[in-house]
Amino acid sequence: MEAEAAKYIGAGIATLGMAGAALGVSNIFSNFLSGALRNPSAAPSQTGNLIFGMAMTEALGIFSFLVALILLFVA
Amino acid sequence: MAGTDPIHQFVIEDMIPIHVGGDGTAGSGLNLSFTNSSLFMVLTVLAITTFVLLASSRKQLVPSRLQLTGELAYEFVANMLRSSAGTEGMKFFPFVFSLFAFVLTANMFGMIPYFFTVTSHIIVTVALALLVMSVVVIYGFVRHGFKFLKLFVPSGVPAYVLPIVVPIEIISFLSRPISLSVRLFGNILAGHITLKVFAGFVVSLGAAGFLGWLGAILPLFMTVALTALEFLVAAVQAYVFAVLTSMYLNDAVHPSH
Amino acid sequence: MVTQAYAQEAAAPAEEHVDGAVDATHADPAHADPTADTHATTEAHGGEHGSDIFPPFDPATFPSQLLWLAICFAALYLLMSKVALPRVGSLLADRKARIDADLAAADASRQKTDAAIAAYEAALADAKSKAQGIAAQTSDAIKTELASKRQAVEADLSAKVATAEARIASTKAEAMTHVDEIAAETAQTVVTQLVGDIPSESVKAAVAKASKE
Repeated sequence: MEAEAAKYIGAGIATLGMAGAALGVSNIFSNFLSGALRNPSAAPSQTGNLIFGMAMTEALGIFSFLVALILLFVA
Repeated sequence: MAGTDPIHQFVIEDMIPIHVGGDGTAGSGLNLSFTNSSLFMVLTVLAITTFVLLASSRKQLVPSRLQLTGELAYEFVANMLRSSAGTEGMKFFPFVFSLFAFVLTANMFGMIPYFFTVTSHIIVTVALALLVMSVVVIYGFVRHGFKFLKLFVPSGVPAYVLPIVVPIEIISFLSRPISLSVRLFGNILAGHITLKVFAGFVVSLGAAGFLGWLGAILPLFMTVALTALEFLVAAVQAYVFAVLTSMYLNDAVHPSH
Repeated sequence: MVTQAYAQEAAAPAEEHVDGAVDATHADPAHADPTADTHATTEAHGGEHGSDIFPPFDPATFPSQLLWLAICFAALYLLMSKVALPRVGSLLADRKARIDADLAAADASRQKTDAAIAAYEAALADAKSKAQGIAAQTSDAIKTELASKRQAVEADLSAKVATAEARIASTKAEAMTHVDEIAAETAQTVVTQLVGDIPSESVKAAVAKASKE
């Protein structure tokens, strides 16, 4: 197999990491929603934490994207 | 092809060439040219300064809209810093405010078509993250001396777990600048590439005749939706950057957590 | 360092952005044999923008970006910390001071009102107690007057009763003495009628003896 082809395959596999981020983000939002529906009065005060947790989780998906980019363009 | 090349928007072009050192030929010495990136850094600084100065120009007891916006930004950052780093952390307020305003404005400038996105280059975000971490480390050692190293020894942990916990804490501390910089860089870069790719679909489909025009509607809607999402991401990433900076500064102010 | 594929792709944009420094002799080998020459090309282009590398990872642009970022951020920090933020901060502090002063003034007037209300209530209670005192005094005075009048009347009445009783008693006693006399007279008369004259003294003694039994 050519090294070039391996790079593309590797980049493609790296994008699978985004599935984990998707799970994480969906977990955060579903738990927030169920919590917010149980106690709606406390929900607005936790929006900051929600956004913050979303950004932290999403960053991990971005990392896998970055790995793909590095494989494609740098390595 | 350059019109739809998703990478082209990140190309840095010299505007005023400045070369230091070397023998005068291309490629030797340091290239310190004033580039399009530099232009937008300067524009960002000018925009922030103009905004804050205009917002505080007419001191009104009952604020105008502009003044209220400035005050809201001020209080937003102040509350964020105070809630994570306490009142002692408020001495870093100008620093955190500058970081937040710079990242937010740079991200928002990036959303305007044909504008260069300063934060889409990893060297910029790495520099900002390293700046934050060096402020944390230097202030921590100056303020607390070697007690700052308590940061790596969580209180209330039994002694026999410490050999495991301390390396984990050190690694997590060392990975902070990486995650801080790559998060911002990756979000902005990925967003802009995705946006450009979908916008490129519209152009290439639109060139394919009537059916192409019909097919181009889908990526067009996608582009509009992504644009909204990217505005959200631009704001959220600036917020996250500032919040994490406040939390790390809290470690410098109160190392024993 | 640079992928073959991207180097080939990037050759097209590279031609557009070639500055004067990059001449065709450099560009041509990059076209002909990317693998062999890209490294050299990158080095040769090092001072310029390296459009054949993914731009955010192009180290050639790092010094310029770092320098201008440092300049811009330092300027921003100085502007914010020395000029802009103190102005906004003073705005907020002014408003806070004004609000605090107003609140304090409101509090002071509220306290004044409270004091006035308290004084009013004290005066009211005072007046009430005074009124009650006056009422009690008056009712006491009336009661004592009534009592004294009643006493006077009662004393008068009892004196009258006593005199009346005394009179009755004297009358009674008088009447009793008269009874003795009448009895004696009657007895004497009866005895005189029956037996003739007898000394009145013996009659009297006999009557007294009889009335004593």
